[in-house]
Amino acid sequence: MQQANIARPGSAEPWRDPEAEPYVRILNVTKRFGATVAVDDVSLDIYRGELFALLGGSGSGKTTLLRMLAGFERPDSGRILLDGQDVADVPPYERPVNMMFQSYALFPHMTVEQNIAFGLKMDGLPRAEIRDRVAAMLELVQLKGFEKRRPHELSGGQRQRVALARSLVKQPKLLLLDEPLGALDKNLREQTQFELVTIQEKLGITFIMVTHDQEEAMTMATRLAVMNHGYLAQVGTPAEVYEYPQSRFVAEFLGTANVFEGLIKAEGPTGALIESTEFDAFFQSDTDPPKPEGARVFVAVRPEKMRIRRAEAGELSGTNRLIGTVRDIAYYGDFFMFVVDLPEGKSIRVSRPNLARLTELPITWDDRVAVEWEPFATVVLPE
Amino acid sequence: MTRRLSAGQRLVLALPFLWLSLFFLAPFLIVAKIALSEGALGIPPYAPVLRWTDEGLLTIVLNLGNLATLVSDPFYLDAYLRSLRVAAISGVLCLVIGYPMAYAIARAPQHRRNLLLMLVVLPFWTSFLLRVMAWIGLLADNGVVNNLLLAAGVVSQPIPLLYTDFALYAGIVYCYLPFMVLPLYATLSKLDPVLLEAAADLGARPWHAFLTVTLPLSLPGIIAGFMLVFIPAVGEFVIPELLGGPGAQLIGRVLWMEFFINRDWPMAAALAIVLLLLLVIPIAWFQHVQGRASR
Repeated sequence: MQQANIARPGSAEPWRDPEAEPYVRILNVTKRFGATVAVDDVSLDIYRGELFALLGGSGSGKTTLLRMLAGFERPDSGRILLDGQDVADVPPYERPVNMMFQSYALFPHMTVEQNIAFGLKMDGLPRAEIRDRVAAMLELVQLKGFEKRRPHELSGGQRQRVALARSLVKQPKLLLLDEPLGALDKNLREQTQFELVTIQEKLGITFIMVTHDQEEAMTMATRLAVMNHGYLAQVGTPAEVYEYPQSRFVAEFLGTANVFEGLIKAEGPTGALIESTEFDAFFQSDTDPPKPEGARVFVAVRPEKMRIRRAEAGELSGTNRLIGTVRDIAYYGDFFMFVVDLPEGKSIRVSRPNLARLTELPITWDDRVAVEWEPFATVVLPE
Repeated sequence: MTRRLSAGQRLVLALPFLWLSLFFLAPFLIVAKIALSEGALGIPPYAPVLRWTDEGLLTIVLNLGNLATLVSDPFYLDAYLRSLRVAAISGVLCLVIGYPMAYAIARAPQHRRNLLLMLVVLPFWTSFLLRVMAWIGLLADNGVVNNLLLAAGVVSQPIPLLYTDFALYAGIVYCYLPFMVLPLYATLSKLDPVLLEAAADLGARPWHAFLTVTLPLSLPGIIAGFMLVFIPAVGEFVIPELLGGPGAQLIGRVLWMEFFINRDWPMAAALAIVLLLLLVIPIAWFQHVQGRASR
């Protein structure tokens, strides 16, 4: 989980610039299927050159939003602007937008070359130009020598690259990717993540990607939007959304979070103090409270930001400290995950990096432990 | 690669071979034998191929005269060519009518597809002969169509419909259309609609997407449907006999005539053998294409 975002040297952050002109504007878009609202009044600005990720579970509306951008669905209300042009009434075959389908949707009766050339042929480009552009694409996705193969003669990874080449060859203003890495196995997926980002930076095409895989979204995206039940739960850079979740849903969807309930005790210059309503403990944060004193709030603390040690005799829970018993220790290789039962009946997760090699852990099952964290790790959720 | 088969597996494999030998190979050999024998007055109306001479020698008498007549007499050659042409035109007509039907059924909502397919197969629930007879009632000079046209004042006297090429094709297309629709439906319903979205996404207008994606991917269904119409239509007897004009001397009618009117069994058998050989070529090609498509 704790992978850093793939480095983007010199990448600007146009979303912080109030003067910057958004490239894709989604304005109050709503889409219903029968009685269900698939996309609920979504407004979103995406800037030129971004690799934007729509992240959500199944039924969150992310794919419907993508299909509206491609032109396969029409919004019931709202507008979609692409480079200043309203595209709501533009059919898919006239949009300067291409899509890489989750199933790749390669034409089984055509060779790799014919698949990639298809879009250019439909545009009626001269033969020589088609040949050159297809060759350049094959080089870009490292598929030289596979021109005459048919899709069923390729591996999953090769098929994925053909699909990418086919959708990029027309140099669209916007490339939509529907679960681009979903069908690949884990190792290939990681490698392909880097390749996709490299290609995107090389071509400078704006990418919008739909994924249910938070790791994929975090590592690849310039910004991401977490979707839930058709609305945008939160939009921001991966780090912003991970470190400053705005709601319990986002905190728990992105990574792991221990969520507690409490009442705001005091407002002050030093951050917020929250009294737990579940145990005899306090949570201290270094940020200002989002609500007035006495309000009920949720507090989230990430497992990797907590420390765990054996509790001293008679030690009790206090401020940013909880006392409990180790119920489970899971070995992940790169870290350990402790599951600690609190006497009040709740359990929390604490992780600890695996710094040494096969040493005896100082903490074992059924040990009485103290879990502590710094005020910066206490995230008070505004919603 | 050799593989030992158990007794049970041998038995299972032997059954269809036995069936085909008994009910296909044996009759075929008998017909072939009759084709190569001489006609005779008697029962059966042909001379045996194997004969004992008075000196007690076994002789084989093969008569290639029937086959020679088939090739040299333009009457038979014309009948073959006309049959192939009628079958080919019927196949194309069935394709043109059946493709939109199959496409519409494949694109219909799931819950309605079975009903539509049942409607396609519904005519099979009545006798083939009765259905062809019904066309006589429709197309005769005092039939339903002419009466309607007369009543509507479109024509002043009945137009000849029955015993024309029109009636012949109407009958064949009507009877064989389901054999075209079903294999077309099978391939079209397997076609992934995402492929059409991909084509549209890459700039193909609906008509282009149909020509470049749907049509080539439904080719196995087109070939299967065409063969299922073409092959039985070549040897069709009932429809040309009941609906076609006197000019519709198709090979099925000629064969029937040789057999029952002229009582020339060897000639009829020779006609049947040549017809079979003519059809083996497209059938073998069809098998080849099907085998390649299923790979």
